[in-house]
Amino acid sequence: MATPLIEVVDLEKDYPTGAGVFQALRGVSLVIAEGEFVAIMGASGSGKSTFMNLLGCLDRPSRGSYHLNGQDVSRLSSDQLAALRNREIGFVFQGFNLLPKLTALDNVALPLMYAGMAREARRQQAQAMLERVGLGERSHHTPLQLSGGQQQRVAIARALATRPRIIFADEPTGNLDTETSRQVMDFFSQLNREEGITLVLVTHEADIAAYARRRIRFQDGRVVEDQTREAVAA
Amino acid sequence: MIFSSLLETAWHALTTHRMRSFLTMLGMVIGVAAVILMMAIGEGAQVMVRDSIKSMGSNLFIIMSGASTSGGARVPSGSAPTLTFDDADAISELKDVLAAAPVSSGSAQLIYNGINWSTSVFGTTPDYVVVRDWPMESGGFFNEADVRSGARVAVIGQVVVRELFGDEDPIGKIIRIKQAPFEIIGVLAAKGQSLDGRDQDDIVMVPISSAQQKIHSNAIRNRARFIMAQAVSEKSMEIAESTITDLLRSRHRIGVGQDDDFSVRNLTAIAETAAATTRIMSILLGTIAAISLVVGGIGIMNIMLVSVTERTREIGIRMAIGARRRDVLWQFLIEALTLSLIGCGIGLLLGVGGAFLVGGLAGLPVAVTPTSVLLAVGVSFLIGVFFGFYPARRAAGLDPIEALRSQ
Repeated sequence: MATPLIEVVDLEKDYPTGAGVFQALRGVSLVIAEGEFVAIMGASGSGKSTFMNLLGCLDRPSRGSYHLNGQDVSRLSSDQLAALRNREIGFVFQGFNLLPKLTALDNVALPLMYAGMAREARRQQAQAMLERVGLGERSHHTPLQLSGGQQQRVAIARALATRPRIIFADEPTGNLDTETSRQVMDFFSQLNREEGITLVLVTHEADIAAYARRRIRFQDGRVVEDQTREAVAA
Repeated sequence: MIFSSLLETAWHALTTHRMRSFLTMLGMVIGVAAVILMMAIGEGAQVMVRDSIKSMGSNLFIIMSGASTSGGARVPSGSAPTLTFDDADAISELKDVLAAAPVSSGSAQLIYNGINWSTSVFGTTPDYVVVRDWPMESGGFFNEADVRSGARVAVIGQVVVRELFGDEDPIGKIIRIKQAPFEIIGVLAAKGQSLDGRDQDDIVMVPISSAQQKIHSNAIRNRARFIMAQAVSEKSMEIAESTITDLLRSRHRIGVGQDDDFSVRNLTAIAETAAATTRIMSILLGTIAAISLVVGGIGIMNIMLVSVTERTREIGIRMAIGARRRDVLWQFLIEALTLSLIGCGIGLLLGVGGAFLVGGLAGLPVAVTPTSVLLAVGVSFLIGVFFGFYPARRAAGLDPIEALRSQ
């Protein structure tokens, strides 16, 4: 059997609070294979965001193991984690998280800069990514000159810039209207279907989760439901 | 991450907040300009003092007539001419003394061709220009024979040449000093300002005998106002001072316990004091300026700290997409460095410009030295690193999740 892309065993995460320790994750074990489209669901406080931060290498677990592509993430230094986020992982956030003073092109080129790519090369690749999300004409606009849907597409282009294997999307449609949400989700489905990019989507909306083939539901820091079914896609 | 990208990022951040960047730099600009300007003025003052000392001559003593008390009444030096020409001769015979010249001085009006000029007239001997190491520009100095015969010859300084003769050659011309005609036989080379600020070139020198006959009519015969003496070397200054004192005390029959009726002053020591004073002054000026540079650096740190707080979310985003801690550290460090170095550049221009302006307007000699420029640039760089490092480290130490959550 091939090494799974993501494998977590007994993952736990504690947060110190004023009233003692808050256990955000209380032992999560699961495997996500390359090319999956997974929706992580749950109410706020269920631990789904904590889980995604751990998977996205933004945070380290308190206990338990996390292997990404066979590599034990807990043993990596913060620089190695940064390199991993840069090369293997793309993030799409609810609030887009674009740098407001940079143009769309410079925003998309940013991860390439941290990958050590030279200026001209990264601008070309960023332009190509923007064209892929249908914003080739808008590359010199700043985020404030773009609509919410367009901003999220810039963010997706940025997530794709270093050609990562996984994209983590945290409530990517939370700030978008229904029609724009549908476009964004269609684009995600297409990426997953046509390019085999692994997608992990955090959402609390059932109709957004419905795009995914697999749904994992969190409650009180544990997985309470994990089912795979046919996607509603296109 | 490659260096040009760091510069590009820093430049973008600074140009996005132009006003803030400008105000932040202002502290550095003023600090560097102050350092350059103060050091230029200090250096100029030192050059001026050095030149004055050089023009004074080396290993010099001035022996003034009538020091301290005279019959119980305290009178200023030089007021009672107790020194005789023979005293000067006796001093010059001493082993540790190279030469000594008596001087009788006073001011008088010169007239040449209907033009008049008031200046100081020195009656002295040929040894005076030897002691003062004062070369001639043209013509020659009067000799011992002129002194013995009371010849009506004069040697004049550059200022007198300019005021009375203009472009005319003064050699061989007759001027009147207090109505008495004197023939000009030589012109002294320029000496410039003395330590006490007098123009040493505004002078006429005549044989001391002629001066006492015709010009300093109220002077007592064969008495000098002061004697200039030169020791044979710097090492013999101390011995020379005591032997001169002993000699004069015995010549003037001053008993044990009685006060001297003269005073011996070591001019070289006075000059060294003046040089030390200017050096201290320029160090003081530089220090004050350096403090303003440090204040400028603190200004940079303040703004960088505000900037890190304000851009916490940006830092989180950069970390999420792959910025390593050291990339973030460098980003903020380079920003601080860019600010301080650009500030330094502008400050340099202002400082050098200001130095020449001060030099031109106030007539002060200013000297912008490569040392002061290097110092200003070096200190700015260090300040950029020093005061940029703390905010940069704070930025680099942020937790990516916390940073992403901040508004």
